[in-house]
Amino acid sequence: MTDNQTSRAAELTKQFQDRLDYDELLNCMRCGFCLPACPTYRETKGNEAASPRGRIAMMKAVVDGVYEPDEDFENQLSLCLGCRACEPACPSGVKYGHLLEEATDILQASKQPSALVRATRWFIFTHLFPKRRQMRRAAGLLWLYQKSGLQTLSRATRLTRLAGKQLSALERVLPKLPSPKWLNNRPTHLVPQGGATVKKKVAFFSGCMMDTIFVATNDATLFLLQRVGCEVFIPAGQSCCGALHAHSGEKVKAKELAKQNIAAFEKREIDWIVSNAGGCGAILTEYDDLLKEEPGWHERAQEFVKKVRDISEILLETGLPEMELPPQTVTYQDSCHLRNVMKTVAAPRKLIQAIKGVTFVEMNEADRCCGSAGTYNIVEQAMSMQILDEKMKNVKETKAATIVTANPGCLLQMKLGIEREGLTDSLCGTHIADLLAEAVKYRDEHSSSQVD
Amino acid sequence: MLTKQVRDGLATIVGEENVLDAPMDLVVYSYDATPDYQTLPDAVVKPRSTKDVANIIKLCNEFHIPLVPRGSGTNLCAGTTPLHSGIVMIFNHMNRILEIDEDNLTAVVQPGVITLDLIHAVEEKELFYPPDPSSMKISTIGGNINECSGGLRGLKYGVTKDYVTGLEFVLPNGEIVRTGGKLAKDVAGYDLTSLLVGSEGTLAVVTEATLKLLPKPEAKQTMLAMYSSLEAAGETVSSIIANKIIPATLEFLDQATIQAVEAFAGIGLPTEAGAVLLMEQDGPVEVVQRDMKKMKELCEAGGAFSVNVAASAAEGEALMQARRAALSALARLKPTTILEDATVPRSKIAEMVRAIVNIAEKNNVQICTFGHAGDGNLHPTCMTDVRNKEEMERVEKAFEEIFAKAIQLGGTITGEHGVGVMKSPYLAWKIGEEGVKAMAAVKQAFDPNNIMNPGKIFAKETRKRVMIQQ
Repeated sequence: MTDNQTSRAAELTKQFQDRLDYDELLNCMRCGFCLPACPTYRETKGNEAASPRGRIAMMKAVVDGVYEPDEDFENQLSLCLGCRACEPACPSGVKYGHLLEEATDILQASKQPSALVRATRWFIFTHLFPKRRQMRRAAGLLWLYQKSGLQTLSRATRLTRLAGKQLSALERVLPKLPSPKWLNNRPTHLVPQGGATVKKKVAFFSGCMMDTIFVATNDATLFLLQRVGCEVFIPAGQSCCGALHAHSGEKVKAKELAKQNIAAFEKREIDWIVSNAGGCGAILTEYDDLLKEEPGWHERAQEFVKKVRDISEILLETGLPEMELPPQTVTYQDSCHLRNVMKTVAAPRKLIQAIKGVTFVEMNEADRCCGSAGTYNIVEQAMSMQILDEKMKNVKETKAATIVTANPGCLLQMKLGIEREGLTDSLCGTHIADLLAEAVKYRDEHSSSQVD
Repeated sequence: MLTKQVRDGLATIVGEENVLDAPMDLVVYSYDATPDYQTLPDAVVKPRSTKDVANIIKLCNEFHIPLVPRGSGTNLCAGTTPLHSGIVMIFNHMNRILEIDEDNLTAVVQPGVITLDLIHAVEEKELFYPPDPSSMKISTIGGNINECSGGLRGLKYGVTKDYVTGLEFVLPNGEIVRTGGKLAKDVAGYDLTSLLVGSEGTLAVVTEATLKLLPKPEAKQTMLAMYSSLEAAGETVSSIIANKIIPATLEFLDQATIQAVEAFAGIGLPTEAGAVLLMEQDGPVEVVQRDMKKMKELCEAGGAFSVNVAASAAEGEALMQARRAALSALARLKPTTILEDATVPRSKIAEMVRAIVNIAEKNNVQICTFGHAGDGNLHPTCMTDVRNKEEMERVEKAFEEIFAKAIQLGGTITGEHGVGVMKSPYLAWKIGEEGVKAMAAVKQAFDPNNIMNPGKIFAKETRKRVMIQQ
């Protein structure tokens, strides 16, 4: 080990000792109940180091001074999907996600990455995601790329292949983007459909990817909210949720974004804050933990957190109109953070089952991560694809024509899986809001034509 | 540290990829589920076959290197903590169900098979493997055999030793021995199969097992009875047995345990009850119905304020799963949970429960109790903090008194978790110095160089407390 590495290890050890919650580390009593729930433990054929129990043991060993944080340690933490399936499986209630976040943050801060990596991280975490205008501009470029014929050209010339197999496959599964003009004219206030009485007042968290690449899904969500009698506000000052930041060791930035969102959403009296992306929704419900050491903000965060709901919970509670689709089999892939952090499990399934014409088939291991996991499918490509292949086997077994998800990352990963399996003709991936909105509209059209 | 010669020898036997000795690997195989025990091994080795095991063990024997076979590290007596370092052997490559023989009602398995995977595989063929330790979703059959694991069905069906009819194991000198087989009867010499089951990895390495299966019971029902007092629940246990009913499961949970489990499972357990009994009966429909009815009456007569039969199999399974999480759920309450498994004749359950409450009060420690009341196997669990040395001493003292009481009542220091390191100082309390000597002689005969899981079962020193009785 060079002198540099030794001093870095010593510094890391000190950071771990100062910042990791020792009570939480001790709270893991090593019963191993988390092992079967962990995707990487299974995919590595039972490597303890790739399990939550093993990772916690490593963190504790660093704090205890019996293990110097080394490359293996960093690799194992990086290999963790952060799906948090270990948390509902843990009878002791160990907050693994929080330990992982803190550890990642310490490791990231101590890195001395190359200028290129630094610039890329700065661009993504400081410039692109937190700034709505930049996100729209980036989407605009992508739109131009799709519209101008460049996409066709680059696909024909296999130019996208140069960007790596993974990115080129991802590029193929991106939805058709709306024009920049459309993206810049988003609504800020909507009333219930047909001027019906207001049942609930809600504020909509529109997200970054959801409000650009998946803006059609946001529109479907807004349509559903209006349809069930919600008055919807879309606060102008809102920002990126900060999930990618928190999970990538950019906690300071995540806290900044959390504050910005809290300030934007507390301006108006509302019943709920609506999210339609499990990844965003989950971090929104954890702002209180994120800001636990910031007096004043902590209490404001607690108020904020109380109101956050996933769209499916809201629709189930307010009651949806009748829905129908042409006969088809549908299955559902849980969003890990929606399930494991927000604990929304039954609502999306119940909603899908309420659609006339739909046969819902529960997929084997629907609760297992699909391998998307934020930036994981780019950073840990091999493991991500291994997990995705396993997932697609289960999808195929359901014989479904549609696979529904509740988070943009999962949706892209499912689309990628469909593409990789060559199933684009027989299987499609969709967001639950899109499916439900389509089912409401289909029913509207068909019931009016059926009037006798 | 292993010498280069040994390290190279291991790599020659199993291949470099199956020898793990990076600092990270040593950390993650340094513990099991027992609090406050951790020792780094020198290496972790993954054999691919019995032959690999034989070669590894020979190497260890030659150089006097400790060898610790490990399943999934869920045991509760520090049985797989490599106390004297050396080599931890794991069975990730030897994890196949080799055969399910429907004509002989047997299964042949490798040690690395996960217990629940075996249970599912045999149930698909309408067969039944009863031992169901609470960790069955994680634990391996090899681990279960070495610790002679029990479980929730022990009362009616017995424990792991009652289902192992044959073994293949490797002696420390590298010789491979096969005992028993698909046989209902076999008295050919000493019963080495039984000796190996529960030997805690101190005699040999188990490489294959033949297990007895039963036909899958036709029906099953689950019931929960709630009590205001601990003693009333304890007395009902004895009265059920005295009325000649042997339920598949008869579990006991006190209030603190119920509350902790409910906080995890959220299935609507009665957190206001002072204690509950969880009962399950299986078998032909008529028998199940008759026994459930009778048990319900006995619970009511014994002072239960409410008795509910689970409405569905799923509801019953949710209750059982919640019970299996009891120990880990208790870990919510305090940083450290230390659990024991003192066992008494089942007629003494109520007395033992009372004694535990008194001992906890006397020593000013918090002890929750749950366990397999029907077979007299209780799990008094102490909620504490290893960082509080003064309290830890009181905890130790309380457990000593619990062991002493169990033995006084005709019981034992451990019903199903094994002696390991945790209970080694108390072994003589149960079997006397003569008994320990006889066991040590067996150990010496099998393992003259003391390489197999050293430091377990046999303590350096027995507790000098007064022997209560034999």
